[in-house]
Amino acid sequence: MNKDLVPVFIIVKREVKDQFRDWRIVFPVIGLTVFFPFLMNFTASQMLAFVERYGASIIGERLVPFLLMIVGFFPITVSLVIALDSFVGEKERGSIEPLLNTPLKDWQLYVGKLLSSTVPPLVGSFLGMSVYCFGLILSKVPLPEISLVLQIISLTVVQAIVMVSGGVVVSSQATSVKAANLLSSFIIIPMALLIQGESVVMFWGNFDTLWWVVFGLAILALLLIRVGLAHFNREELLGREIDVLNFRWGWKTFSQAFTGSSHTISEWYKNEVLQTIKKLRFSIVITIVLVLIGIWIGTSLIKPFNFPFSTQNIGEMESQIRETFTVFSAGGISSVFTIFWRNIRVLLLSFILGIFSFGILGTLPLIASVGVVGYLMSLLQINGIGTSVYLFGFILPHGIFEIPAAIIATAAVLYGGAVLTTPNSKLTIGEVSLQALADWCKLMVGVVIPLLLLAAVVEAWITPKIAMSLLFS
Amino acid sequence: MIETLGLTKYFDSFLAVDHINLHVPAGEILVLLGPNGAGKTTTVRMLTSILRPSEGTARIAGFDVVTDAPKVRAMVGVLTEHHGLYGRMNAEEYLIFYGELYGLTKKESISRFEPLMGQFGMAEYTKKRLGEYSKGMRQKLALIRAMINNPSVLLLDEPTSAMDPESAIMVRNAIRELRSNERTIILCTHNLSEAEELADQIAIIQHGKIILNDYLNNIKRSLLGNPIYEVTFANRPKDWKTPIIDGVKIINQNEKSIQFEIKDPQKANPILIQSLASDLPILSFFEIQKKLEDAYLEAINHNGDWGKLE
Repeated sequence: MNKDLVPVFIIVKREVKDQFRDWRIVFPVIGLTVFFPFLMNFTASQMLAFVERYGASIIGERLVPFLLMIVGFFPITVSLVIALDSFVGEKERGSIEPLLNTPLKDWQLYVGKLLSSTVPPLVGSFLGMSVYCFGLILSKVPLPEISLVLQIISLTVVQAIVMVSGGVVVSSQATSVKAANLLSSFIIIPMALLIQGESVVMFWGNFDTLWWVVFGLAILALLLIRVGLAHFNREELLGREIDVLNFRWGWKTFSQAFTGSSHTISEWYKNEVLQTIKKLRFSIVITIVLVLIGIWIGTSLIKPFNFPFSTQNIGEMESQIRETFTVFSAGGISSVFTIFWRNIRVLLLSFILGIFSFGILGTLPLIASVGVVGYLMSLLQINGIGTSVYLFGFILPHGIFEIPAAIIATAAVLYGGAVLTTPNSKLTIGEVSLQALADWCKLMVGVVIPLLLLAAVVEAWITPKIAMSLLFS
Repeated sequence: MIETLGLTKYFDSFLAVDHINLHVPAGEILVLLGPNGAGKTTTVRMLTSILRPSEGTARIAGFDVVTDAPKVRAMVGVLTEHHGLYGRMNAEEYLIFYGELYGLTKKESISRFEPLMGQFGMAEYTKKRLGEYSKGMRQKLALIRAMINNPSVLLLDEPTSAMDPESAIMVRNAIRELRSNERTIILCTHNLSEAEELADQIAIIQHGKIILNDYLNNIKRSLLGNPIYEVTFANRPKDWKTPIIDGVKIINQNEKSIQFEIKDPQKANPILIQSLASDLPILSFFEIQKKLEDAYLEAINHNGDWGKLE
């Protein structure tokens, strides 16, 4: 075995042994491993008999793998409890400091805790699934297909890793077990929603989607582990004692990052806004690549979703566009603010999605928007309307302001996720988050909002005129 | 063996440890004294590479606590304020676990802890669950844990605070034994008689600052003046005259005894004793012990106004 991994397994061995001596862990695991699968077997056979009476056998078929997933999921919920206790529990019991005094490296201790929280519940989960499948065989209920069983096992494993890695991050950053338990709702609620989504997919029968869920969860687990390792800090672990939210400190950290040392607006633009854009250059490049990918995806969607226009369609389109321009008359200030608010709303959605996914899902609104543009370009082209007409008439007049603004805002969200997953021994996870938030706000206030206002003015007052003249001249 | 230079720690804007300079050679015990919250634990945590110094440096056996943290931790044994034992393990499992973390095999760990368990009167409790241990037993086990890797440096926080007198004597003897084996020890305590018994050097820390750091006798002398000796005698002849010796001053006398303050006892005592013995029927001649407690209170009350005493 790799020499560096030996201490990891020493930690795992001790913790697993310790867990199996704790009746508060052993009893639920035994219950969920042995008795719960039998209950699910009984439910499955009863439901199958019931739905078959009404010829809805498909529900029964879908129910069997669904219950397998539930049998696998329940024991791994215990892993969250263990993970939440992993660091902060030891801190409260005073046993963390002797451990920190040993020659263990940070990552060895962290990975040891991670594995020891994952392994016992996963073993329980696999046992439960085996008992459930054995019960199905005994009751002569057909087992799900092997590929589906593999999918369910993979889902169970990644769900356990996500919950544990999230739990360990919370535990290593929380001040007390109570605080960690309160924060655990940030893990439990998304997981509950995910299980609901997976249930829908399973009854829908679109099992390929489950592989995408596995993939997404695996990425999330990796990011959570990276965040945990990046911000694991012996000093912080021992030093944090106070549970009270320090708004004054939070505001001070945020405002310092927002204004920097600037005294005037021009100084602020020069020292803060431009420097932040410079800092974001790699994220901007990635975002531009994502924009191009989004356009490509949009254009490629024309194959499955091709709607040829008839002459009547084009005539109707013209009259509808003219009608729209009459209703939302160019020149009205309300249309400017409507457009502005619509764009801001999209960027806010990107920000919120980014918060829960280390920036990754924050790119989706932009990709989706440019995907629509790509699709429409292809659709118009196939129907004999030149791409250049759509591009120069409908998109570019305001797009030259709107697209850079959207790219910068999305890049800031992506950057925020990246800095959270980057090791930083000098700043706490709270400081890093506040600084990332300050960077996003800086760019929104200094660049994105002014550009979007300008874009809204152009889109409301100028674009329609150009579009009409190019399209119907 | 332990050397700090301007060691400083800020927690945000709070100055917890203020430019501490310490030098503890191998085979010496430095006792760190100070009121609660003075900065003792923070100093120890910096020396074990758990806290990163804000300024200054600290070296343990030549290894820097920041750049060589794993090496420092491998050669330091720490008895922490909270013993933090795992209640569901027994002593054997627990000590083997810690031994493994220090790279010892199971056999090596056993051969290391068995004599220590015996030395501290715990041999029969090896298989007992730690959750069932008394407070004193926990403290002894935590001390054994700190010694499991045979460390060349020991940092001990209140090593006897929860122990009965017999156990405390055992532990103090063990600490003396470690010193004689060329171990370097820093001991934090509030027990001044223990400090007086064990210390080579004393460092008094207040508000994060070392207000006094010197060898024990020097401290007593500097803070409480020259040593005082008392001579008692059966009776004083009427024609007896006080001898005049350079550096010897009478500070108190009656019919049966005289107290002298002596600047340099090694030089003056033989002359004084000879002079007294020729005229007086001497019953005893002894030094009046000055207590570290008095010196400590003196230092704390003066808040180190005089700086480091020479």
